[in-house]
Amino acid sequence: MAASDSGATTAGGGAGKTGSTETWPLWEVFIRSSRGLAHVHAGSLHAPDAVMAVRNARDLYTRRGEGVSVWVVPSSAITASDVDARGAFFESAEGKEFRHATYYTDSEGVPHL
Amino acid sequence: MRHTNRPISTAVSAETIERELADGLALPSDAVARYALGLGDDALILAQRLGEWIARAPELEEDVALGNIGLDLLGHARSFLTYAGSAWGRTEDDLAYFRDEAEFRNHQLFERPNGDFAHTIARQLIASVYFDALYARLQASSDPTLAAIAAKAVKEVEYHLDHSVQWVRRLGLGTDVSHERMQAGLDAMWPFVDHLFRPDRGAAELEGVAVPPQSLRDVFDRTVPAVIAEAGLQVPGIPGARGGGRDGVHTEAFGHLLAEMQVLARAHPGATW
Repeated sequence: MAASDSGATTAGGGAGKTGSTETWPLWEVFIRSSRGLAHVHAGSLHAPDAVMAVRNARDLYTRRGEGVSVWVVPSSAITASDVDARGAFFESAEGKEFRHATYYTDSEGVPHL
Repeated sequence: MRHTNRPISTAVSAETIERELADGLALPSDAVARYALGLGDDALILAQRLGEWIARAPELEEDVALGNIGLDLLGHARSFLTYAGSAWGRTEDDLAYFRDEAEFRNHQLFERPNGDFAHTIARQLIASVYFDALYARLQASSDPTLAAIAAKAVKEVEYHLDHSVQWVRRLGLGTDVSHERMQAGLDAMWPFVDHLFRPDRGAAELEGVAVPPQSLRDVFDRTVPAVIAEAGLQVPGIPGARGGGRDGVHTEAFGHLLAEMQVLARAHPGATW
């Protein structure tokens, strides 16, 4: 149940098979709260394999009837953007107000907009 | 065990049973109450054992899993004990905290020490198959309260059974050490299997209300050996232990469990938190 890691690091997938300090691989948990909605990231957890990860997710993240469906994904399968480079990475979207619907004014002669 | 907050859910619970009894639901007969007491004690004592794992399980996630199973069982225990106690003017807390060893009616399996994780899983597999078979049939009881408790419990127990089966498989087919420990766990618990399915005089007198324990043996024999074999393990050929918890006969470990479970309530009678 480690805190979700937003960096590009991965955990667990290649953990060794020996040693008492070995921990189970990390899994990311996605919960769909009701039919028609998307699965939303709920958190992460440790489990020895995917089948047990789904069960652990049920115990940890659906205790109060939060979901109708659970997905688990190995944390190691996620490739993330670099948090430290977010300035340049997201810069291009800055200053391009024309990408927002609110940039445009109503056109005369087009009713019901 | 008593809480002032009422649950949001409408599913049967100790609180809903208490309310219905206050609203005029007929009290159980002495025989029905004694039957419910045995079932309640089974769930209560196993819940107490599972609670011992909290903060000690191999991983945090397993702390929560075993804790959840324990809490489900505690819910069943509270319902059964509330109902049983109503026949004698005693609350669930009176029954849980102020009875001595020989007055408890739980089967000895449920009081067996946790041992290592594999011992606990072996005990949980046997317990879950037993509870699943029992509650599946008790849902059809002519006693509406027992039927309602069973209907709620059977769904939860199905999950407990799945948890145990998954772990028996993983430990049995895992490393040499996990295989050896899983086999040792099954061997240690096996002497207490027969008790669960012994004919019970009390249940026999309650036709249509109680489930005769011997009628559940068939489900156990069809299920458990298959799970054990699939995990590459051997069904233990160990004969059953003597004595039986339903007669108030318990093993040495039980006194320690009761001391821990009851000390607070006895030191501070009526304490709430």
